[in-house]
Amino acid sequence: MERAELDGCVVNAGVGAERGAVSRRRAVGVLVLRRIALAVPVLLVVACGVFLLGAASPFDPIHQYYGEDVFTASDEQLAHTRVELGLDDPIVVQFGHWFGGIVTGDLGTSRVFHQPVAEVLAERLPWTLLLAGTGIVIAAVLALVLGVVTAWRQGGLLDRIVTAVGQGMEGLPSFVVAFAAIGVFSLGLGWLPVAGVTDGDSDATFAQVVEHLVLPALVLGVSQAPWLVLHLRQSLLTALADDHVIGARARGLPERLVVTGHALPTALLPFLNVLGTRVPELVTGAVLVETVFSWPGVASAMVEAGLAVDYPLLAVLALLATVAVLLGSLLADIATVATDPRVRADG
Amino acid sequence: MVEREVVDGSVREWRSAARTRAGTPRGGAGARARLRLGVGAGLLGVLVLAAIVVPWLWPASEQLFDYTQVRRPPSGEHVFGTDQAGRDLFVRTLAGLRVSLLVAVICAVGTITLGTVVGAVAGFLGGWPDRLLMRLLDTVNAVPHLLLGIVIVALYRGSLTAVIVSIVVTHWTTVARIVRAEVLSLRRRPFVDAAISGGATRGHILRRHILPAVAGQAALSAVLVLPHAVWHETALSFLGLGLPPHLASIGNILSDARSELLLGGWWNVAFPSVLLVLTTLATAGIAATLRDRLVPRRRSELAL
Repeated sequence: MERAELDGCVVNAGVGAERGAVSRRRAVGVLVLRRIALAVPVLLVVACGVFLLGAASPFDPIHQYYGEDVFTASDEQLAHTRVELGLDDPIVVQFGHWFGGIVTGDLGTSRVFHQPVAEVLAERLPWTLLLAGTGIVIAAVLALVLGVVTAWRQGGLLDRIVTAVGQGMEGLPSFVVAFAAIGVFSLGLGWLPVAGVTDGDSDATFAQVVEHLVLPALVLGVSQAPWLVLHLRQSLLTALADDHVIGARARGLPERLVVTGHALPTALLPFLNVLGTRVPELVTGAVLVETVFSWPGVASAMVEAGLAVDYPLLAVLALLATVAVLLGSLLADIATVATDPRVRADG
Repeated sequence: MVEREVVDGSVREWRSAARTRAGTPRGGAGARARLRLGVGAGLLGVLVLAAIVVPWLWPASEQLFDYTQVRRPPSGEHVFGTDQAGRDLFVRTLAGLRVSLLVAVICAVGTITLGTVVGAVAGFLGGWPDRLLMRLLDTVNAVPHLLLGIVIVALYRGSLTAVIVSIVVTHWTTVARIVRAEVLSLRRRPFVDAAISGGATRGHILRRHILPAVAGQAALSAVLVLPHAVWHETALSFLGLGLPPHLASIGNILSDARSELLLGGWWNVAFPSVLLVLTTLATAGIAATLRDRLVPRRRSELAL
């Protein structure tokens, strides 16, 4: 920034920011409270829907409880268990029972993993957070670098390549990307392991985990990136045509300062928001990537629960994903309110 | 109006700020759009034709186990190679593509029906039914689509209906939103006022005036849903939660192919993947072109 002193806009932007800081903090507080108030009915309806789906399904919970033993158990035993589990109660009572358990922390027992659902979550959630966190960071970095370069040199060779590849990859399921990555980097070049988090049953040391994380995280990041790249490119193009950017150009500021100091901050606001609203796609990507790479996270547990009709785990994971989506959109809004002085609060 | 300036010795094209904000496409966009439509339609035509004709010409070899021909790499006899049971992957993949496309079309029809009904009712009635339906829509959108699909399909395992229902349930929201927006603007038009002063009932206006007017929009959104439906069904089948094995779709084939890939059978994965990608790209290309052509102002809204 060799001629930053010429840039009056950047300096002046700081004045008056302090005055707004207090009211902005209050706006964030109001926003969080409002969102929580809105999230409760959404979660309640989702829980209700998931429960009704389970209640209407042809799978009898008694089979889930007994497993194969249902064929050898006596009728009295079955009847006794039915009463004990409350399977013949009215559906409203059953729902109250189940939902009350979830609210008080009793999430039920997972049949696939032979342990309480809470334990499954505690064991597997950190792995998913690690994978998804790394993936989203990779996607965001890719989007920042490629988005800025392509918008800066719009119509250039790199722009045309990136735009074409990006649009093509939007239609590419992440498991196809995963197959290609396994084929090239694991089987072809032999650089990275194919699956799991450690080699065989060795301990989960840092180096081992990093080695196993690289490929799935890259696949997740790369498969999430195209949309973000194209979005950032588009909003940067719009920002480059804004009056304040034209003004910066007119003042003769260096090109680098115009793009990174004037256009990029404007374009980053919608980008932050978009990042937060991409959680559903991130969850979907995590399900597929974790399954392909046998990653021991909650997303692959969802698939295993689905395959074995492990209802308690399925329901809790669906609710968990909904919470993640709501949290993502809340974080996006907080980021917008916190960074954009023009935004007061949400409507 | 294209201005040029010289920066660092290279010529750069400039567009005035107003033009960029208005989103006017650059020169040559029309030709590119036509090319995209042509390539997309041609590609999809070839794929559909192949998916219909090839399994029909060799009806048996899709399911035929031939243990003398196990795990053969691509050759003149088996263009795509064979899988672990000696089935010819060329025929099997195209048969799978046929299943995938069929499911996608059924889903698109279901999606458009449900979405149009909900969107039209919400937009036309307004007030609390509108608010209630839109809240419901937000709630459905709050659950990641694939997870909702997994829950539905897991509880009603192994049936084609469950897969179709799971796709319709998760995708109608897009159509409903588009249709609602259209109805909201339509119901204030003079021809609706004329119908009201002519003594028409609300049901009559909805059926005879509103629904025909939104049909084009709804049809377009159904085309936009197609690639998503293909994708969704493939993902579910790939996870082992989709179509029953006797209705092998591309997803089922890819699911089997995963273990084959680790044994070195790259062709098990490569050819079905390529066909899948070509199909979704061709459909998405056609949909995007139609969208730009029919409703340029709705670009951002329709971005699925």
